[in-house]
Amino acid sequence: MAAEDDRKHGHDDKGHGHDHQHGHEHSELSDIALRVRALETILTEKGYVEPAALDLLVEAYETKIGPKNGARLVARAWIDPDFKAALLDDATKAANALGHVSPVGSHLIAVENTPKTHNLIVCTLCSCYPWEVLGLPPVWYKSAPYRSRAVIDPKGVLGDFGVTLPPETEIRIWDSTAETRFIVLPMRPPGTENWSEERLAEIVTRDCMIGTGLPQPKAGR
Amino acid sequence: MSNTIHDMGGMHGFGPVEPEPDEPVFHAAWEGRVHALQRATAAAGLWTIDGGRASMEVLPTVTYLSCSYYQRWFLGLERRLLAHGLVGEDELAAGHSLRPGAALARRMTAADAAKPPVRGDFARPANAAAKFKPGDPVRTRELNPATHTRLPRYARDKEGVVEAIRGCHVYPDTAALDPADENPQWLYTVVFSGRELWGEDADPAITVSIEAFEPYLLPA
Repeated sequence: MAAEDDRKHGHDDKGHGHDHQHGHEHSELSDIALRVRALETILTEKGYVEPAALDLLVEAYETKIGPKNGARLVARAWIDPDFKAALLDDATKAANALGHVSPVGSHLIAVENTPKTHNLIVCTLCSCYPWEVLGLPPVWYKSAPYRSRAVIDPKGVLGDFGVTLPPETEIRIWDSTAETRFIVLPMRPPGTENWSEERLAEIVTRDCMIGTGLPQPKAGR
Repeated sequence: MSNTIHDMGGMHGFGPVEPEPDEPVFHAAWEGRVHALQRATAAAGLWTIDGGRASMEVLPTVTYLSCSYYQRWFLGLERRLLAHGLVGEDELAAGHSLRPGAALARRMTAADAAKPPVRGDFARPANAAAKFKPGDPVRTRELNPATHTRLPRYARDKEGVVEAIRGCHVYPDTAALDPADENPQWLYTVVFSGRELWGEDADPAITVSIEAFEPYLLPA
């Protein structure tokens, strides 16, 4: 532990990931980047990992697996009542039946927003998140402000996202404390009645499927 | 450990949530490498997902809070690799391997990594019938184990209602300590009123659910 603390105190490249560009004059490659590179070297030399496999793992989440996968599920549920029923009954099965998306592991659960209830997903203990349908979680989802406040002050959190709900709307917070994963099925906004599935999918943002956003029909389309 | 800083639901003082417009998947190349190293080494099966979580929960509080997310992943990964004897402190200091690697039960190849990732299935056959059913009132236990648990502090010794049974799953509290000790337990969605959790001044429009393993629950 002492060695770890010494190494840790050797740099101050701390805080949110988006601070990294503020950088340090002493190096372009921060201490953490050097340490990660060294660990990869050691693990590769010892035969535990293949750099080519690591490249593919990074590429999958940078280019293939993201919120577009979840948006397809939502848009389909909006236009197809049978699919919506199947999604709410067993989201893992429904998502895999739709195909094309990355395979969804066990226990994906879709929760439906209604005029009465708005759903909000959090993981107070770490960062549990439905990777297969939303990709990797944003920094804010993994941050102390979100994890601490979502369960005690959800309206304040929604305010941080510019979201205000009618005062009578009940808010249900789902704390992802096990290996079940949640995705919010937002309400289809009015004015989208004649839209195609593809066009609907474009307004289903990642935040809509976490519960920190609402789908906004874009003007002028 | 259970009562450590990772368990932050309901805490005050961390400030506003700061959404980042057009956020990249990784903010630096090293973050992607840490992500990939974690997943590739997990393939060996030496620790479970909860063993991974536990290795970050034991980070000193100040370290936990001052690290970014992937820095924590990195520190946790180093700890696990050291604890399992896969690398030595001398090798971390030297920045390269000083002795041959141990034999691993499984190793992620490029061919494995090229396949779409599929999350592990944590459901297991049940050893007994579920004690609770939807609609049952329950009280969470007051637990303060020195080791890993998934019952958050804010939801201990609180009365709620079982809303759903989610099947029988690997029990994190034991599997974190020994991957072979899966000790399957029934898992429930238990919902609490905001007032039960936060007192009578809480917003009556709020309800909160947790995913609770059966050993966390007592009949109410």
